[in-house]
Amino acid sequence: MKLLDFVVQKAIVPDLVVSSKDDAIKAMVSSLKDAGIFKADDEEGVVAAILKREELGSTGIGKGVAVPHTKHPSVDRLVATVAIAKNGVDFASLDGEDVYILFLLVSPPDRPGDHLRALETISKHLRNENFCNFLRQSKTAQDVYDLLEEADNDQLDQ
Amino acid sequence: MNKSESNKKVTVGLTNGLHLRPQSMIVQAAQGFESDVTLSIEGHKVDAKSMLDLMTLAATFGTELLLEATGSDAGSAVEAIGGLFDSNFEGMDS
Repeated sequence: MKLLDFVVQKAIVPDLVVSSKDDAIKAMVSSLKDAGIFKADDEEGVVAAILKREELGSTGIGKGVAVPHTKHPSVDRLVATVAIAKNGVDFASLDGEDVYILFLLVSPPDRPGDHLRALETISKHLRNENFCNFLRQSKTAQDVYDLLEEADNDQLDQ
Repeated sequence: MNKSESNKKVTVGLTNGLHLRPQSMIVQAAQGFESDVTLSIEGHKVDAKSMLDLMTLAATFGTELLLEATGSDAGSAVEAIGGLFDSNFEGMDS
């Protein structure tokens, strides 16, 4: 699986400025809605489902990264967006550090394998420090998209 | 301290596979031991103390993994983390 198989180009948020975890999630879901991924009526439900998942344990996995996610019937395939928060967001992460890179995933209820493969793809690239550094330095949505494409094509040095 | 080695085959019993919550339970348990702890699928071996490592496993329901520990408390580490698999991560529903 490749990043651009599920990251929605139009929903990339290169300049996330928020003061809380909840606001970060709301902004990212709103961006997916604006990209036409689901109806406006579903936005609130998707946000609520992601926040409910966070209550079970933070998806701030450490090293400045969070992967908030949920299953939701409003999508018929796995979709995701990426946000870069230059100032960091307090995500109650496992290592206590703020997060700067966020991948938010929404998957159909009946496709757990796709969700695991998306996490695999994301983590594989995040283990490359160049990928993380370049992602955090991205200024525009196009910068982020180009970087994801380079990562997908294995064009980044390890 | 004596170095010892311990290992056990474990199977993913969660219908959603080894997703983020069970992974974080493994990391938290593994970090409590001095021993190096790894999980592997068909030769792809990762550090059980690292979320980013565990996420690369993408282990679906029914997948068999090899749990290995090396260090002074290897036996206890395998017992604790093997126990998480055996209990389906303390009775997680899916």
